Amino acid sequence: MTTQTPSKPASEPGMFTQAVAGFGKGLIDVVSTIGGVVTLGLDVARWSVRRPYRLQNLFAQLDFVGVGSIFIVGLTGLFTGMVFALQTSEAFRLFDAESLVGPTVALTLTRELAAVFSALMVTMRAGSAMCTELGTMRVTEQVDALETMAVNPVQYLLVPRVLAGLFMVPMLTILFSTAGMSGAYFVAVSGLGISPGTFLTRTQQWLEPVDIYEGVIKGAVFGLSVALICCYKGFNASGGAKGVGQATTEAMVASALSIFILDFLVGLVMH
Amino acid sequence: MAANAPPRDADAASRPMIEIVDLQKTFGENKVLTGINLKVPVGSTCVILGGSGSGKTVLMKHMIGLLKPDSGKVVIDGEDIVPLSVEHLQRVRAKFGMVFQAAALFDSMTVFENVAFPLRQHTKLSEDELYAKVRAKLDLMGLKREVESKFPSDLSGGMRKRVGLARAVVLDPKIVLYDEPTTGLDPITTDYVDEMILAAQKGLGVTSVVISHDISSAFNVADQIAFLSKGVIVENGPPEQLRESQQPAVKVFLETWFGKN
Repeated sequence: MTTQTPSKPASEPGMFTQAVAGFGKGLIDVVSTIGGVVTLGLDVARWSVRRPYRLQNLFAQLDFVGVGSIFIVGLTGLFTGMVFALQTSEAFRLFDAESLVGPTVALTLTRELAAVFSALMVTMRAGSAMCTELGTMRVTEQVDALETMAVNPVQYLLVPRVLAGLFMVPMLTILFSTAGMSGAYFVAVSGLGISPGTFLTRTQQWLEPVDIYEGVIKGAVFGLSVALICCYKGFNASGGAKGVGQATTEAMVASALSIFILDFLVGLVMH
Repeated sequence: MAANAPPRDADAASRPMIEIVDLQKTFGENKVLTGINLKVPVGSTCVILGGSGSGKTVLMKHMIGLLKPDSGKVVIDGEDIVPLSVEHLQRVRAKFGMVFQAAALFDSMTVFENVAFPLRQHTKLSEDELYAKVRAKLDLMGLKREVESKFPSDLSGGMRKRVGLARAVVLDPKIVLYDEPTTGLDPITTDYVDEMILAAQKGLGVTSVVISHDISSAFNVADQIAFLSKGVIVENGPPEQLRESQQPAVKVFLETWFGKN
């Protein structure tokens, strides 16, 4: 009979191993989400050109994402412009250049802030609702019910939502810029004593159509990305109410991150 | 839709409406279906009986093409649906109606809109024709006019099931699938749902497949019972055959049930 040596108990993984494993898992999750979102985007593109065209669903989503966000986006834009005018005027006053308040606010809003803030507002207001609604439909088998009724859920549920994000965020971006410039004008002219002529003429001198196009293009990219991420997370939710809540949290974080990352990438391409 | 038109040839008349051939499905390491063979004749009711986790729902999802098998055939009305693309599956799915365990009614729509939904998606009926058709199905399920404007959240479990069944049969499908139709219902409502299943079969001539672990309900509605255990069908035949089965899994299941009831 051979003597058996007691087997060595499996040691607990060290902190370093756990950290590497955690990082690896996180990386796999990110790559898998990006892959899933891109695949879903291609699926949405494929189904968006096929009959039947459900215009009623599309208009309902355009209304929900776009018209429903007008107030919150307009208000955010107004106060952003006002605050920005107030802060920049203090800096410009140091070297007697208050006339640059208008152009500075205009360029910052049109190129960057309007698209970023509008997309963030749409993410919070409409994206979260999209994700929750789709997630609830998934866990209560309503999505399966659509499939069994020979209605493609991507075409019926996702196409209108993604198109609404794509079309409405650029429009909200323009609204944000307009509201922001109105706020900046009000603060600069009424509060800081800059003459209306100076504010408008200097803004006109510096602001080019290409700055507005940049904001609109960014708005479209962000709108598409946010809608796709929220739809993807909701559409693949599982695990009841808790799962839907988790999917919505993940969708909000991923959407916000995507806005900032894409802002940099689109800016890099355009400049 | 002429879904219930009589078969045009002898071959069509004699072939089963659903035929499953050596179906296998694995999820990761878990072998759920390990060689299913089943035939469901036209116009009959087949109950697939088995305990929790035996693979009943997975089998049903294969029948309607919601899942693709690892191997095997799923022949619906003479056509193997396994190789079909999503687009072609849409055409096959139009032959089906499905009643979900929790009804899966669209909670943002009223009862009327829920039942009218398949008609709006697949037909061009006028509003009057659409109303008449929906009303006829709601009548068949014993649902009164005042229910039409209610939302699913305002209905009892039994009523939701009936609305689900009305929606499933509104396009006059050839096949109706029921996923655990009596789970969570009291005995009186369970009897009522059984009657609804029989009414749909007799009144509309549909082929029915019922997934269940409710033995008394299965004996009430089945022409054929297939007992699923550990991914294979261990007993298949009329209800009497199941009652006299010597298969250990079936005997334990029946003894446990009849012991308790």
